[in-house]
Amino acid sequence: MHPIVRTLLQRVSLSVATLLAVSVIIFLMIEALPGNFASAILGQSATPERVAAFERQIGLDRPPVERYVVWLGNLLQGDFGNSLASAGSPVGHERTVMSLVGPRLKNTMFLAGLVAVVAVPISLALGLLAALYRNGIFDRLVNLTTLTSISVPEFFIAYILMLFFAVRLPWFHSLATVNTDTELLERVARCTLPALTLVLVIVAHMMRMTRASIINLLASPYVETARLKGLSPARVIVHHALPNAWAPIVNVIAVNLAYLVVGVVVVEVVFVYPGVGQLMVDSVSARDIPVVQACALVFAIAYIGLNLIADLVAIITNPRLLRPR
Amino acid sequence: MDIESPLLEIRGLRIEGESGEVWHEIVKGIDLTLRRGEVLGLIGESGAGKSTVGLAAMGYARPGCRITAGSIRFDGLDLARLPESEKRKLWGPRMAYVAQSAAAAFNPAHRLIDQYVETPVVHGIESEGEVKRQAVDLFRRLHLPDPERIGERYPHEVSGGQLQRAMTGMAMACHPDLLIFDEPTTALDVTTQIEVLAAIKEVVRHLHTAAIYISHDLAVVAQMADRVMVLRHGELVEEATTREMLANPREAYTKSLWAVRSLYKQEESSRDVVLSVQGVAAAYGRGIKVLEDVSIDVPLGRTVAVVGESGSGKSTLARVITGLLPPLAGTIQFQGKALPPALRNRPRDLLRRVQMIYQMPDTALNPRRRVRDILGRPLAFHLGLTGQARDRRLIELLEMIELDARFLDRLPSELSGGQKQRICIARALAVNPDLIICDEVTSALDQIVAEGILKLLLRLQKDLGVSYLYITHDLATVKAIADEIVVMHRGRVVQKGPKTTVLTPPHHPYTELLLSSVPEMNPDWLDGVLARRAIAAAG
Repeated sequence: MHPIVRTLLQRVSLSVATLLAVSVIIFLMIEALPGNFASAILGQSATPERVAAFERQIGLDRPPVERYVVWLGNLLQGDFGNSLASAGSPVGHERTVMSLVGPRLKNTMFLAGLVAVVAVPISLALGLLAALYRNGIFDRLVNLTTLTSISVPEFFIAYILMLFFAVRLPWFHSLATVNTDTELLERVARCTLPALTLVLVIVAHMMRMTRASIINLLASPYVETARLKGLSPARVIVHHALPNAWAPIVNVIAVNLAYLVVGVVVVEVVFVYPGVGQLMVDSVSARDIPVVQACALVFAIAYIGLNLIADLVAIITNPRLLRPR
Repeated sequence: MDIESPLLEIRGLRIEGESGEVWHEIVKGIDLTLRRGEVLGLIGESGAGKSTVGLAAMGYARPGCRITAGSIRFDGLDLARLPESEKRKLWGPRMAYVAQSAAAAFNPAHRLIDQYVETPVVHGIESEGEVKRQAVDLFRRLHLPDPERIGERYPHEVSGGQLQRAMTGMAMACHPDLLIFDEPTTALDVTTQIEVLAAIKEVVRHLHTAAIYISHDLAVVAQMADRVMVLRHGELVEEATTREMLANPREAYTKSLWAVRSLYKQEESSRDVVLSVQGVAAAYGRGIKVLEDVSIDVPLGRTVAVVGESGSGKSTLARVITGLLPPLAGTIQFQGKALPPALRNRPRDLLRRVQMIYQMPDTALNPRRRVRDILGRPLAFHLGLTGQARDRRLIELLEMIELDARFLDRLPSELSGGQKQRICIARALAVNPDLIICDEVTSALDQIVAEGILKLLLRLQKDLGVSYLYITHDLATVKAIADEIVVMHRGRVVQKGPKTTVLTPPHHPYTELLLSSVPEMNPDWLDGVLARRAIAAAG
């Protein structure tokens, strides 16, 4: 077997194992949450008998291990179960977790994708230029701007952008309300301000890591060799330094993209964007355990998947790992 | 083009280097003239400014260095005043640089051939296809194996000696007028070095390229250069043709460089054995065996030198004896008793009796600990010394290594390379060991500093009766310190015995190869060896 295939299989199986461990943790954490779903739904005045009957109806009376195994078994068949919030509804009218999470997940992925497509190339380009003109005015300006944008809370950036580009200058929508029928272009237009906010939040990390990784390599003997071949500074950086800098850069990109999937609830709330983050917060307060579990699992998959991709890119871009002796 | 005028003429060159915001002069007014087709050797200890002068010959100053005065005239242009964009047109096509470590100077992310074709293609001299055809010819001339396909490999897939030859090839890609060789064989084993030297010499001769050959090794420079300049502290000590310099060095400093190689220890024997290694085999993980059936005796109060090229298992043997790597087979007896194979099974007193000194004093000392703590900790740990008793012992140790009490509160960064290695020796001596394993302890040091360390080790052995297992690849060091020699090759002992016996023919074929590969202070040595080997191969 080619070593790269073996490494790939190793990493993928490791990821699956991690995911399994995470699913246990998610399950245990939710078990440990204070409060009782049945009494939250039925109200303070519900009699113990009614609570017990309700718990039996939705299976909450069974031991945790059994519930975990059933939950996991259903998950593997693609069945995330029913939302507890609709548990009181007549048979056939329950809402499945999938029907709640699915559209929200699409929205989240759409916003994350939009931001990634804009932010990643911009960060790389700014990082390369900053390394090329290091310690010059351009470098300082880029560093100052990105550091400022990262230091300010994201809701503040969001409101500032809204104030200037939606209220004072009515160029963009201030609210990013979309539903399944919204056209693609209309979607992009409505998502402009939240996307811009997130771009400003994540560009700094990626750009600074690109710059630092490249500058770190400029002292290496092979960069001196390249300079003494009479190559232009731009070619030295792009052709000789960058290919050796991918590993740290893709790792930071992965962490930032994962943040776009799991950590943008504040921006969703500000722009009233129907994403997964908001759904999870709502479900936690409603004690809607299956939905919370599904959201947490989606977040874990995003994190593990993106880091897996980052590892693979790091291997593929390094001939020493790709073609071991 | 005027054939008679020099290719390169440096006058009054001064270069400053920055350390901690302060600029110091590191090259102090050097004049240098190089004619077309001539090879000039630059010799000196590290810090003499050899590399700085060599790079300045291309008009290049490393980051943190600046050319402050003087002129560098190359073919009518003054490189000291030319803007970098103009110099870039010369770098590659007209002048090229071969770095000390090709393993570090090749970009790990690109194939050799892609790095080779870069210079001619980017400068618009030849098409890629044509350059690739020429590369195969040059690789063949440099005796690289499989010249048609070796370019498709990445740097990590090629051995150090081959990389160094490929680097020379890459520098020659545009047939430059001037080549700078910066210690191109220093990082190589003697058996590999001779191949690289031969390849460089042949190509330079064939293409009639002018070159500056930088090295700290006189014998190497003697093979390569027509003329030699000796540098010290950024100044010229003396300059002469190679034969003249070798026959009759004028300055005391030059003579001292010559003297280092003549250190010789009169061999002594001993009937008592302190360490006895019997039939040891070892491997890393489940990999192939690095040691196979190795048996060695170290006589009490004597030095056994273990020689061999890199990869021969010398350092692995040290790891087995110290218990860092338990052997797969075989036994080790220390002072007549079996030594537990693994470090964790050895009582503290045994750990005290076997100490180790490493090749790189820079990495063997904790940079954040002062000398007082570096030496004081083993005293407290093994001997339970505290307070005044410990302080007295610290001073005593510093006196042993010819340093004084002022050094107690210094950090390793405030010591020179030789002083750091002395501290490492004191740390090993601190706990009164019976055996010290020295792993290439002078390889990273300049010859004069190394001589001081060797003399110190000899004196300490005389005074304290400690035994050494001395690992090295350098045969001059072996002559200086050993009583007995063990020659290792590919994890096996190929020859062992008293020093004079091993160094006197008849040898094992590998010992013969090793001994005949050590450069001698004779400009005709390289050609002679190559001719003899060619005859032997043909016969």
